[in-house]
Amino acid sequence: MIGILHRQRKKQEQRRLEIAILRHNPADPTSTPQLQSFHIEEAEGMTLFIALNEIRSTQDPSLQFDFVCRAGICGSCAMLIDGRPGLACRTLTRDLGPRITLAALPFFELIGDLSVNTGKWMRGTSERLQTWIHDHAKVDADALEARMEPELAEAIYELDRCIECGCCIAGCGTAQMREDFVGAVGLNKIARFRLDPRDQRNDEDFYELIGDDDGVFGCMALLGCHDVCPKQLPLQTQIAYLRRKMALIGLT
Amino acid sequence: MTALIDNKGSNELLAADASGQRVIHAPTAMPLRQSQRKSRWPARFDLLQSASGLFLALFLMAHMFFVSTILISNEAFYTVARFFEGAYFLGKPYPILVSAVVIVIMVIFIAHSWLAMRKFPAGYRQYRAFIDHKNHLRHNDTSLWWLQIWTGFALFFMATIHLYDMLTQPALIGPYESADRVWTGSMWPLYLLLLFAAELHASIGLYRLAIKWGWFTATTPNRSRRRLRWAKHSLSAFFITLGLVTLAVYVDLGRNHAAHAGERYVSPQHSTAPVRH
Repeated sequence: MIGILHRQRKKQEQRRLEIAILRHNPADPTSTPQLQSFHIEEAEGMTLFIALNEIRSTQDPSLQFDFVCRAGICGSCAMLIDGRPGLACRTLTRDLGPRITLAALPFFELIGDLSVNTGKWMRGTSERLQTWIHDHAKVDADALEARMEPELAEAIYELDRCIECGCCIAGCGTAQMREDFVGAVGLNKIARFRLDPRDQRNDEDFYELIGDDDGVFGCMALLGCHDVCPKQLPLQTQIAYLRRKMALIGLT
Repeated sequence: MTALIDNKGSNELLAADASGQRVIHAPTAMPLRQSQRKSRWPARFDLLQSASGLFLALFLMAHMFFVSTILISNEAFYTVARFFEGAYFLGKPYPILVSAVVIVIMVIFIAHSWLAMRKFPAGYRQYRAFIDHKNHLRHNDTSLWWLQIWTGFALFFMATIHLYDMLTQPALIGPYESADRVWTGSMWPLYLLLLFAAELHASIGLYRLAIKWGWFTATTPNRSRRRLRWAKHSLSAFFITLGLVTLAVYVDLGRNHAAHAGERYVSPQHSTAPVRH
């Protein structure tokens, strides 16, 4: 019995992976997008983060990709893994076939190979949707901070877990067709600030930001965002909630 | 009230023109808040698209049940047809009532088509972008939308033919009349395609409505989705099966009646026009 288990594990360890990476350097005028394959030995518990670093250190130092935290918190390693958006650091190679295709996230500005500038787009979205607390009361630095029910604080924190990796935008059919669509990341932020009692904006103010076909009414409920979100944010219910609230404003 | 200033707008306001002077926009007569107020129409269009779709889907289901009364007996279908002509309230059948209902359905159908068309891919670039996305994502709900587009597109034409037929020939709804239309009138291929397009479009649409507006939620979003998906599959399967069986009965009836095509059905119970009970 133990022998059988042992053999199976050994068989898995022996897997040789082919990692095909869509490579392109937009800064180089002679560069054309093409798939380049790398072969590596699979290791126990190997993530794509480990695999890519091994390729870069042993086979091709020019390979470009982003990593910071390697623990699914920073959101910089999002890429298309076999065509689906996901975080490389949270993806185990053993969950994939022996041939893995990697490509940069679509929609965002390409820096090179697997590296995209999600930050620029996220910053623009934050400015467009004004995702900060709008409070016009005079700040009294000596006063105690207003209390908040733990349940409410947790509900806000739940939505605040978004790491802005861009997977929801890459998984969104609407965003692929209509570049101005705010996407789940933007709508989730509005839902987050709408919950926050410190933010004095009301639904009419939020309607000004997302009350059109580039906002919440552009969402066709294809749920790509919900299904690819690496943080399992409740995007489906949050967008439905916002849609109901914004539709009510439409009746005023 | 928080002043919401569009960044792009404020940048334009501050942008210097070629001579280095700032472009100052003349203040408008309207109060600032009023002039900046976003149109409520996107919200209303979204609501109307959902409401019209919901109405049409529910109508389609009721319609299928009425049509399938032929499975009970010719007499049952005859009774239903005369019922909608008001025969049991007004003393005699008024087919114009059917035409009136058809006009209402037509208006809602056209409104729904127009509203839903806004979501279609506009132009080849969007079309291509969506197909590529759908193919590499391999995601059920995304692919379903593609089916929704094509069945919707097909319904533009197929449902219109059927609606026009009912609008102009409201009196010719009855066991033999309908069977003759299906078989001798060569409508069965259209009805067959229409059945699949309409039932798929309606069940996917109802599923999407529930997701979009957050109806029938379970403890977790994924659980409610599994439940809704099951309901969607069941609806499609049930109504397509019922439709196919019903159509088969009409084809059979039409073939047997082909020699006498055009002859109206005469109810053994009401040898003349039905009378008030």
